[in-house]
Amino acid sequence: MLTFLPHIPPLPALLGQLLIGLINGAFYAMLSLGLAVIFGLLNIINFTHGAQYMLGAFCAWFLLQIAGVGYWPALVIAPIVVGVFGLVIERVFIRHIYRLDHLYGLLLTFGIALIIEGVFRNYYGSSGLPYTIPDSLGGGQRITLFGRFIMFLPNYRAWVIAASVIFCFGTWFMIERTRFVVNLRATTENPTLVQAFGINVPRMVTLTYGFGAALAALAGVMAAPIYQVSPLMGSNIIVVVFAVVVIGGMGSIMGAIVSGFLLGIIEGLTKVFWPEASTTVIFVVMAIVLLVKPAGLFGRTA
Amino acid sequence: MSASGTSITAMAERESLLTPRANLVLTAVLLALAVAAPFGLYPVFLMKALCFALFACAFNLLIGYVGLLSFGHAAFFGTAAYITAHVTKEWGVEPFLGILMGTAVAALLGLVFGWLAIRRQGIYFAMVTLALAQMVYFFALQAKYTHGEDGIQAVPRGYLFGVFDLSEPYTMYYFVLAVFLLGYWIIYRTIHSPFGQVLKAIRENEPRAISLGYKTDQYKLLAFILSATLAGLAGSTKTLVFQLASLTDVEWQMSGQVVLMTLVGGLGTVFGPVVGAFIYITMENYLAQYGSWVTVIQGVIFVFCVLVFRRGVVGEIAHLARKRWASAHPPPAQGAARPAPGE
Repeated sequence: MLTFLPHIPPLPALLGQLLIGLINGAFYAMLSLGLAVIFGLLNIINFTHGAQYMLGAFCAWFLLQIAGVGYWPALVIAPIVVGVFGLVIERVFIRHIYRLDHLYGLLLTFGIALIIEGVFRNYYGSSGLPYTIPDSLGGGQRITLFGRFIMFLPNYRAWVIAASVIFCFGTWFMIERTRFVVNLRATTENPTLVQAFGINVPRMVTLTYGFGAALAALAGVMAAPIYQVSPLMGSNIIVVVFAVVVIGGMGSIMGAIVSGFLLGIIEGLTKVFWPEASTTVIFVVMAIVLLVKPAGLFGRTA
Repeated sequence: MSASGTSITAMAERESLLTPRANLVLTAVLLALAVAAPFGLYPVFLMKALCFALFACAFNLLIGYVGLLSFGHAAFFGTAAYITAHVTKEWGVEPFLGILMGTAVAALLGLVFGWLAIRRQGIYFAMVTLALAQMVYFFALQAKYTHGEDGIQAVPRGYLFGVFDLSEPYTMYYFVLAVFLLGYWIIYRTIHSPFGQVLKAIRENEPRAISLGYKTDQYKLLAFILSATLAGLAGSTKTLVFQLASLTDVEWQMSGQVVLMTLVGGLGTVFGPVVGAFIYITMENYLAQYGSWVTVIQGVIFVFCVLVFRRGVVGEIAHLARKRWASAHPPPAQGAARPAPGE
């Protein structure tokens, strides 16, 4: 009878994959959060999000290689640089298409992503560049349970998980619980009226886009020591993040966060039991969610 | 789709500008050109352009006439390419049957993907199709019979119906031309049929189409399957032209390229995708030497088209012609151009 059950791997291997899943989930969560924030106000799907994530990682890499600036300052500088870059993109390009069909937003940001990615691919090829883990987060912990070794937890990975949870919930708190967002929400409902109350709506829109870009860059810096810094890192992850967003439903910030982590874990577990399916499992989950709950797990009816 | 936004194909042709006779003359001229072309131009270039033109027309059927942007059409193109390559090379199937088999599998895939994707609209539809196509890509990457990075190479062109030697460039060209014309005719007939009228009604206002009693989901699904089938036909034919099916055919970049071709030629115009495909393939030929700058240039064209050239080449020509016609025939004249909505 038991032969029908999948082979149960040893606990350390299982927990190891679970950890990798959690790490991936942290990045899915941060990226889909940024997408949801931008979508909430601008009503566009930011295809450039992957490129902005890649730019964050490259920014950290440049800072280290050229200026000798380490990880911790990069964690602040890179999001600011990419955020400002995002502000410029919004002002120069995206601004002009708000009155058009949302699909044009997708096409426009797709074009911008191709430009950014193409330029980097031209100079850095498609192979990855290494970024070393900062000394302060090197090493790791041997975790034991009842005196038995169960897993090795690298400090850097523990930091990534903790930090992404903090950043995600920080953003959630800011968006769901503060005045700024009352304005933001009102703006999505009725921009003209909000503007009449003396709130500078266009500026708010620009800042939101910049914030979303900065969030992607922050994820990029955090990803640099784990995955290699590569021009393709953005487009590889963005398609998966799109699936996560479809699963979570873009209506809610919390939905984006929870489904990001959840799908990372599902992907990690799949890698243990059926490695070949791990690249496609998220898309399969998406198909199932579409069948059962078309609006997404946390979505309002579209 | 969005209630407030300007429909993506609002600037598409409303009525034909040409009189039936002018249309007939133009068609005859184009046909004559197509028949004479291989004597002046490199046949492989023409065949490639024709395959992509059919691919773009199939894609345009969905975005231009139903208002659904699929970002995953490479899945149908690539799957059909792999199937045709496999059956003709490994099983020694006759080329026509090989193309038919590839196309049939693309149609089946279209049925499944369409059934899933039409549950969402607008940008969600685009993301769903992109994600589903990525699933196909990963499958192609890992499956044994696709030969991973190498792809299926040296696919024999074989003898069409066991008679015509397709390794002969001219024979192959006229076969590809025939396939293209068949596909184009199917699309043309679809658009101008009552079925096509309902599709346009759905594009313009789905709730209203529903209230008129149309089961819009069935219409959308049928259009999706038709589009996937023709994209598959293009992919299968392409395999025989290049004697190769590879990961490039299923990559999401391929889906992006077909969007670009259609955008350049004119979304929602019957002939636009053909023009777009020819422009794109010509451009690609000249730019091949610049390596990865091609991606950058593609991106620039996307941005340019979305910001200032949304009608595309054919749409723009039609728009200008209509404007001139309107100024030459001032109002009460019937059928005069209305101002394009949203402008």
